[in-house]
Amino acid sequence: MDTLINNLDLFVTGFKNTGILFVVSAVFALILGTIVAAMRVSPVPAMRAAGTLYVNTVRNTPLTLILAFFALGYPRLGLPEINFMVAAIIGLSLYTATYVAETIRSGINTVPVGQAEAARAIGLPFGKTLSLIIMPQAFRSVVPPLFSVLIALLKNTTVAAGFSVAEAGAIRANLSERGEPQMVGLLWVALIFIVLVLGVLSTLQRYLEKKWRVAR
Amino acid sequence: MTSPEQPQPLVDLQAVNKHFGPLHVLRDINLQVKRGEVVVVIGPSGSGKSTLCRAINRLETIDTGTITIDGKTLPSEGKELAHLRADVGMVFQSFNLFAHKTILENVTLGPIKVKGASKADAEEQARALLERVGVGQQADKLPAQLSGGQQQRVAIARALAMKPKVMLFDEPTSALDPEMINEVLDVMIELAREGMTMVVVTHEMGFARKAADRVVFMADGQIVEDAKPEDFFTNPQSARAKDFLSKILTH
Repeated sequence: MDTLINNLDLFVTGFKNTGILFVVSAVFALILGTIVAAMRVSPVPAMRAAGTLYVNTVRNTPLTLILAFFALGYPRLGLPEINFMVAAIIGLSLYTATYVAETIRSGINTVPVGQAEAARAIGLPFGKTLSLIIMPQAFRSVVPPLFSVLIALLKNTTVAAGFSVAEAGAIRANLSERGEPQMVGLLWVALIFIVLVLGVLSTLQRYLEKKWRVAR
Repeated sequence: MTSPEQPQPLVDLQAVNKHFGPLHVLRDINLQVKRGEVVVVIGPSGSGKSTLCRAINRLETIDTGTITIDGKTLPSEGKELAHLRADVGMVFQSFNLFAHKTILENVTLGPIKVKGASKADAEEQARALLERVGVGQQADKLPAQLSGGQQQRVAIARALAMKPKVMLFDEPTSALDPEMINEVLDVMIELAREGMTMVVVTHEMGFARKAADRVVFMADGQIVEDAKPEDFFTNPQSARAKDFLSKILTH
C-alpha cells in the first residue's frame, strides 16, 4: 500500500494518460472502423479493395512497429510536428480500427439480407440503408467481441510507454528511479487495470447488451 | 400474349431475360400491367415467378430487356433507382420488418427519410394505415412481439405509407400459419377493390379467383398463359397449366 500512496503522483499521471490514450483512440477507432467496415461491404469495388488493403496491411503489422513509425519515423517526413501523445493516439487508432472494422463486418453479416432488401424497397439509398437499418442491428450483435477489442486497446496503450508517453506502462520505470520496489508497483498497475476492465468496460458491456437485446 | 394495345401500361416488361449461372430463369418475358389492374402470377416452384416479381423493382438485376414503370425505364443504380423504388411497394414472403424498430417506426421510416415528411405527419398517416390493416393497437411494439399475420399486415402498411403506384407481393402468405392467411388476404382484397395496381405471386387460388383481373401462369422461366381467372381455372390451354392445376386443385 505504501508503494501506491507514496507515489500517488506517478500512478495518477500514468493512469490519466492511459485514460486519455484509451478514450481518444477508442473513439477514433470506432469511427474509422465503422467507415472501413462500410467500405468493405460497399457495392463499389474500389472502396472494397481499399478497405481490404487497409485492414490486411495494418492488422498484420505489430503494434510496436506502428507506434515506432509514428514516434520515430513520422517526424523525419517533414510533415507537421506532433507530440508523442498524439503519435501514440494515431498509431493506436489506426491499429485498433482494423479490428473494429472486422468485428462490425461480421456483425453486418448476421443481419438477414431481407432487412436490406426491405430498406431498398422503400427507396432508401445504400448509405441510409446501411446507417439506419444494417449498422444499428450489426452493432447490437457484436457488443461482446467489440468490447474484447476495446479491452485489448486498453491494455495495448501500455506499449506507448516505450515511445516516450508517460502512461501506466511507464510507472514501473519511474518507480525504479525512485528506488521503490518494482514488483509491488507492477502488481498495483495490474490490479488497477483489472479494476478498469471489470469495473468500467465489462459493466458498460453488460448494460449495452441488456439495453440492445434484439428480439428476432 | 400481351394485353390489347393500351396507352402506356403502368408496368411494362419487354423481352426480359435473366440467368442464374447456367440456369435461364426468365426467358423473353413480356408483361404489361395496366393502372388499377391486379395480376396474379402462379406457377410451380422454380418457375421464375418470384424472380420476375423482384426484378420489377430491381432487387434482381436483369441481363437483357427493359422494364418500364409509369413511362420511366428502370435505372440501373444510384439515386434514380432509389426514387423509382419508392413508387413501387414490395411485400416479402418473410415480412422483413426492421427488427430494431417499433411497428410505428417501421411505417414512418420511409416517409420521413425518403420523402422528407415531418415526424408528426408521418405518424398520423402511419397510425391511420395501421388502423386500416387492423394492427392499430400494436404500434409501439417490436416486430418480434407480433404474430406472422400481424407482421405481414404491418409490412403492407409500411409499403402503402410510400403511396406507391404499384404494389408487388412476393408469396405474401407462404410463411404464415393457415389461420393467419385470411387476415392478410382480406387486406389485399380490400386493396384490390380500392383500385391499387398489384402484381401478386401466390399459391392462393382463392385470392386469384376473387381479386385478380388476370392470371399469369409461369413455368420454366416463361409466361405460358395469361388469361382471365375464370378462363384459366376452368379452361387452361396448355398441358403444363392443366398438369399444374390438376395437382393443386385436387386437394
